[in-house]
Amino acid sequence: MDFSSLFSDSLQQAFGTSAIVYCLAAIGLNIHFGYTGLLNFGQAAFMAVGGYTMAMFVTQWDVSLWLAMLAGLGLTAVLAILLGIPTLRLRADYLAIVTIAAAEIVRQVYGSIALKKYFGAQDGLTAFSADFRALNPFDGPVDLGIVSWGKNDAWVVLVGWFVVALCCLVVWLLMRSPWGRILKSIREDEDAVRSLGKNVYYYKMQSLMLGGMIGALAGFVTALKSAAINPSFFATDVTFFAYTVLLIGGAARVLGPVVGAIIFWFLLTFLDLFFSAATDDVGSVLIPSSIMTNQQASLVRFIVMGLALMLLMIFRPQGIFGDRRELAIDGR
Amino acid sequence: MAAETSLPTNIETSSEEGLARSAAARAALADVAREPGAAKPDPILVADGITRAFGGLKAVDVAHLEVQRGVITALIGPNGAGKTTFFNLLTGFDRPDDGTWSFNGTKLNRMPAYRVARLGMVRTFQLTKVLSRLTVLENMRVAARGQTGERWWAALFAPLWRGQENENTDRAHDLLARFLLDKKAADFAGSLSGGQRKLLEMARALMVDPELVMLDEPMAGVNPALKQSLLGHVKSLRDEGRTVLFVEHDMDMVRDISDWVVVMAQGQVIAEGPPDSVMADPRVIDAYLGAHHDTKLTFEAEEKILDAAQQELAEEQENEQ
Repeated sequence: MDFSSLFSDSLQQAFGTSAIVYCLAAIGLNIHFGYTGLLNFGQAAFMAVGGYTMAMFVTQWDVSLWLAMLAGLGLTAVLAILLGIPTLRLRADYLAIVTIAAAEIVRQVYGSIALKKYFGAQDGLTAFSADFRALNPFDGPVDLGIVSWGKNDAWVVLVGWFVVALCCLVVWLLMRSPWGRILKSIREDEDAVRSLGKNVYYYKMQSLMLGGMIGALAGFVTALKSAAINPSFFATDVTFFAYTVLLIGGAARVLGPVVGAIIFWFLLTFLDLFFSAATDDVGSVLIPSSIMTNQQASLVRFIVMGLALMLLMIFRPQGIFGDRRELAIDGR
Repeated sequence: MAAETSLPTNIETSSEEGLARSAAARAALADVAREPGAAKPDPILVADGITRAFGGLKAVDVAHLEVQRGVITALIGPNGAGKTTFFNLLTGFDRPDDGTWSFNGTKLNRMPAYRVARLGMVRTFQLTKVLSRLTVLENMRVAARGQTGERWWAALFAPLWRGQENENTDRAHDLLARFLLDKKAADFAGSLSGGQRKLLEMARALMVDPELVMLDEPMAGVNPALKQSLLGHVKSLRDEGRTVLFVEHDMDMVRDISDWVVVMAQGQVIAEGPPDSVMADPRVIDAYLGAHHDTKLTFEAEEKILDAAQQELAEEQENEQ
C-alpha cells in the first residue's frame, strides 16, 4: 500500500473544492445554529436556490455571471424571509420541520420535467461558467509538491478559500459586536432578550438571511467547480454533512467550520482510499474478502465516519475548537 | 402631582430628589380608598377589564387596577390566583381576551413585549432567565438601550459603536458593584448560584433604565441572608425614583417593603390597601386560609364531635370481635 499517495490524495481533497463547499455551508449553519440557535435542516435549499438562480440567469437570459450571482444572493434572502415569516415566531422545532421540507420541495422543483425549459430537469444546467473561467490566471495545472490541481480546479480553490476567509472575517466582526451578542442571547433565552426590549423576531430573520446567503455562496462554488449544476448536488445529506463539519470544528467558533471541513474531507477520502487499497485483490490484501469485499469498501468510510462522530460527541462534545467550560453550563 | 413626578432619565443612585418624590408619592396614598380598583392620585399603570381564559378557566378577570407612581406595590394572592398570568398580560408576553391597559397614558393593547420594555416597563421572571453561556458582563451589556452596534451594518465597523460600548460597560460595572456581582463580571452567568442569578436579573433590568420595574417573585428560592440584601435593593429602586410592582408569596417581605398591596384570588382583585389593613382584611384571610377557618367551636358542637368519635370507636371494636 502506498501511504504517501494516500496522504497526498487525502490532503488534496481536504483543501479541495468539495471541502470549500461544505465549509461555506457550515459557516452559514454556524450563524443559524451555532450563534442564534436556529435549527435549519434545509441548508441544501439555500445552496440550490443560489446555485440554480445563478446558472439559470446566465443560460436563460444571458446576463453576466456576476449579476446572476447577485440575483442568486437576493433570491436566497427572499427564501429566508418566506421560511422565516411563518416559523420564527414559533418554537425552534417548527423551523427545523419547515426547512427540511423546503429543501425537498426546492430539489423536486428544480428536477421537475414541467420546468425542464428553465432548470433542465435531472440533467441540470451547464455552460454558465465562461465569465468565471475567463478570469483564470493559471494557464496549466498547478503543482504545489504534495497536492496538485488542474487549471480550472486551482482557480476555484484559490477563489473559494478567499471567499471562505472573507466570510470568516465577516462572522468574526459581527459576532464580537452588540449585534452578535443579541444573536447569542437569543440562543440562550429569547424571552429574556424580549423582556430587555429587543425585537427577537427581527434578529432571527437577519440571522436566517445572512446564513442562507453564505449558503448561496456554497451553491455558487458547487456549480462552478463542475461547471454544471443538477438536483443531485443538493440532496438532504448535504445539509447533514455540513452539520457534521460544523460539529467536528465546534459550533459558535469562527474557525470551527474551516477546521471541520478540512478534517471531514481528509478523513472521508483517507478512509475511502485506505479501505479500497486494503481490499484490493491485486496488491497485498490487508483485509480478506470474507470480511469486506472491494465493493463494500467505499461504504465503510461512512460507517467509520459515523462512529468517529459519535466518539467525538461523547468525549469532546464541544468540537475541536469549543470551550469545555461553556458546555459544562447546561443551565436554564 | 403628575407634573412634578415625571422622572429624570438615567437615575443611577438614590438622590435627595428621588427620596423626596417617593415620600410624596407614599403620602398621597393615605387618602386612597381601601377597596379593589381604587383610583390613585398619580397612576403609572392603569388596567381596565382585563380577562384571560384558559379553556373554561378564567385565569385573570381584573375589572380595574391602578398602580401609583413612585411607590412599591405588591401583588399577592394564593397559588393559582392569576398573578403571574396578569404580569404576562401587562408586559405583552401573553395577550388578554379582552380589556385595555396603559402605561404613562400609552395604550399597550397588542403591543409586543419588546416595545413594552422600550417604553420603560421592564420585568423579571419567576424562574430566572440568565443568558447562561454569556459572561455576567455581557448579560448586562446586552440590556443597554439604543445601541448603534445592534444594527447589522454598523456592527461590522467597531469604531461606530466602541464609544457607546465603553459607556455601557462602565454603567454595567457600576450596577454590578451595587449588586455585589462585580467580582463575577468575567464568569459565565450559568455558573452563578440561584440567588446571584436573581441579583443579576435585577441588575440587568436596571441596565434598561426602566421607569417601572416588575419583579416576578424576586425572593423565590433565595436564602434568608440574601433576602435581606434583596429587600434593600428593591427599596433602593423606589428611592431612586422608580416604581416597583412585584409578585410575592413571602408575607414578611410584603409587610416589610411594600407601600401598597393588591390581593388577587381566582383571577380577581379582591382587596387593596396598605399592608397592615390588607392583612387584617377578612376577605384576604378567607382567600388564603379558606372561609371557615376562624369559626369558633361552641361547647355543644365539641360534645357532638366527641360523641360521634366515641361511637365510631365503639363500632370498630365490635367489628373486630
